[in-house]
Formats: sequence, C-alpha cells, structure tokens
Amino acid sequence: MKGALSPEAAAGMIPEGARLMIGGFMAVGTPERMIDAIVARGVGGLTVIANDTAMPGKGIGKLISAGLVSHVIASHIGLNPETQAKMISGEITCELVPQGTLIERIRAGGMGLGGVLTATGLGTEVEEGKQIVMVEGNRYLVETPLKADFALIGAWQADYVGNLSYMLTAHNFNPIIALAGRTVIAEADSIVPVGVIPPDAVKTPGVLVDHLLIRAA
Amino acid sequence: MDAKELIARRVAREIRPGSLVNLGIGLPSMVANFVSSDFGVYFQAENGVIGLGARPPEGMEERHLTDAGGGFVSAVPGAASIDSAMSFGLIRGGHLDMTVLGGLQVDESGHLANWKVPGRMVPGMGGAMDLVCGAARVVVAMQHSAKGQSKIVPRCTLPLTALRRVDLIVTDLAVIEPTGMGLILRERAPGVSVGDIRAATEAALIVPDDVPEMILA
Repeated sequence: MKGALSPEAAAGMIPEGARLMIGGFMAVGTPERMIDAIVARGVGGLTVIANDTAMPGKGIGKLISAGLVSHVIASHIGLNPETQAKMISGEITCELVPQGTLIERIRAGGMGLGGVLTATGLGTEVEEGKQIVMVEGNRYLVETPLKADFALIGAWQADYVGNLSYMLTAHNFNPIIALAGRTVIAEADSIVPVGVIPPDAVKTPGVLVDHLLIRAA
Repeated sequence: MDAKELIARRVAREIRPGSLVNLGIGLPSMVANFVSSDFGVYFQAENGVIGLGARPPEGMEERHLTDAGGGFVSAVPGAASIDSAMSFGLIRGGHLDMTVLGGLQVDESGHLANWKVPGRMVPGMGGAMDLVCGAARVVVAMQHSAKGQSKIVPRCTLPLTALRRVDLIVTDLAVIEPTGMGLILRERAPGVSVGDIRAATEAALIVPDDVPEMILA
C-alpha cells in the first residue's frame, strides 16, 4: 500500500480512455466518492467493466449520465434506462456477458489463467465467434480473461496497510477485481488500526491495494 | 387472488425442505412469501447472500444487504454472505437445487427465452444463463399470455437463454412439464378447463386423461 489519497488525487491518476473495473451490484459496494471525483474530473472515453451500470444518480449510473463512458462490459443494464438509450443511439458500445462468466473472466485475468471453459452461453448469442472445446465428453465455450488499468473497490473496513473486509452483499465483484486491476484503489466506509480486521476476516490482502481513499469528511 | 399470486403459490409447492433455491426478480421473488419458515429452505440471491430473508421493518434497512434487484432484505439464521465468484460457483457447479425464473417464451423443446427482445428491450442476461445451465431444477414462473399472445410457443422466436430443457412451467392457467416427447399438461388453474388452456396455447400440448386442478400453497 502506497498511502492514502484524496478522491481528487485518485481520480487525477485516471487518464482519458482508461479501462476501469468497478465493484458493486446495483451500486451496493460501489465506491461512490471515487465515482463522484471521476465525474468532477470529467475524463471521458472510459471503458467500464462491472456487473451492471446501476441506475441514474447512483454508482456507475453517474458516470453514464455524465457521458464519460464509451464502452461497457457488464451482465445487466436493464435497470438503467440511460445506458440502454445510449447503447441504442450508439454513444456507448456494450458487451453483455453472463454474470457467472463475467466474474470468472475477471478472476482468470487476475489469477494468471488463460481463460475460462464454461457451458453457460452454449447455443445462444453468447456463443457467436467463440471457440468451443470438448473436455471429457462435454462441450464448453472458451471465454477470454479480462484485465483493467484500474480496479476501483468499495470496502467496508480498511486498515492502515490496506487490508480490506466487506459487509454482507457488498462483497460481490470487489474481492475479485482487486486482482485484475493494474492499479487498485480502495474506498472504505471506515479505516481502522492494523489488527482490528482479524487476519481470518481479511478478504483482500493489503499487498494487492495500491491506494486507499482518505476517510470521508 | 390475482394471477401472479396464484403462480407464486403454486410454485411454492415445488420447493423441497432443506433445499437451496434461487428466485429471480419480480414475480419469482413472490414465491418466498408462501414457503413456510420451518421448511429449512435457504434462498440464494446471486448478488451474494445465502439465506435471504424478508424486507426489514421500515427504518431498519441496511444498505449493504439487498437482493439481486437492489431491494432491501434481511437474512435468516445461518445465512452467509459470499462474493460473486462463490455465488456463481454454487449456481454453475451443481450446488443449487432449484431456480425459479420469469420467461418471455418457452417452446415445445422446453427452451426458455427470457433476456432480450431484439431492438426493443436489451437488459442483459444477468445471471439467467448460468442459472438455467447450472441449477438442478429450473422452474419458469410466468403469465400464460402477454398482450393476448401465447408465451408458450412451438419454437422460440426470441434469443434463447440456454439449450437446457426447463423442468416445469407454471402459469396463471396451467402447470406444464416439458419432456423429450413434448409439453405435457399436468394441472389446470382453479376454474380453468383443458379447452381454455388449449385455446390460449400456441404450442402443441400432450393432454393426459386426467388433468387435475392445481393445489396451491
């Protein structure tokens, strides 16, 4: 862990056209202060890799509304009519990926694997253009790994060395994207002394985290 | 009783004690209201909880505890929170006993289409493709018709969710079992005749001599 940054300083690291993985499921577990700072900075052409694009006014929905996103890789955009409208108008291109495949592609990217073999998507539009292999008599789609320039994580507690824990359904994509971003920035609800998060409760080891956001005012 | 409640009450009778069940958002999520708490059923929400409970009392909601639609929920004793890789490992890995999903169309092969209406509605498949591929039992809970059009059709015209044959279709008119021979009409809704069901169904139905009336939870 390299230290704590203001949201403005963290957003300042993100260039035009960056590829971002963002934690959260319908904005639960999404680092909102980080999102607000990116909106304020106004860097565009972003690729967002996340489960969904939340809804207007929340989480990733704020990036969509601000017109900063040009490409989305997600499993579901149905609860954000703005994403759908921008996809139909051509302002945003969208790759829709089955949720279980999306998280495994990210996991493969972060864990140094060459891809994922899954039966999910066989015989559907998801299969188009993809390699199919047989393993032990079963057919699988070959799904490629995903990586990003930045992983933006929403955590519950962080300690001074960047160890992270998550609360309830706010885990979702967060612990997985922590391995797949070249630079990992975590925003926690609270920052606590080392030891407050017991080693067995650490879900993301601090060695993976490059920067924490400073505490909320 | 309205159509959705009737469907939910009938689907509830499919749920076996001690099982792990995923309910889709919308109509399928109503099923939980009709399953006795002493059944020892764990409901999974794919955003990351095993042991989903009812919405908490007003003012006691926790923003880190939601269902896959983003609505506030509680958790039952024995609940566990998990990340998305574990959540879909449960689904794809054969650990989920049953899923209940909504549908746009089901056809005579038992194929389900429920994630896209090309050019009109492209919400994304979310977890649906993984659920249909991986769950031990797949139950489709949907209205028999939409805008006067049968949703049970000879062959799906909408993009498929998976190649897997679903196990049961429960509508406001009938219970239908897709099999290798075709769609078998198993039960009638209260006050509905076999003739009514045939008239409302575009697909061919195999009708046994005895088609009993549904028993509702």
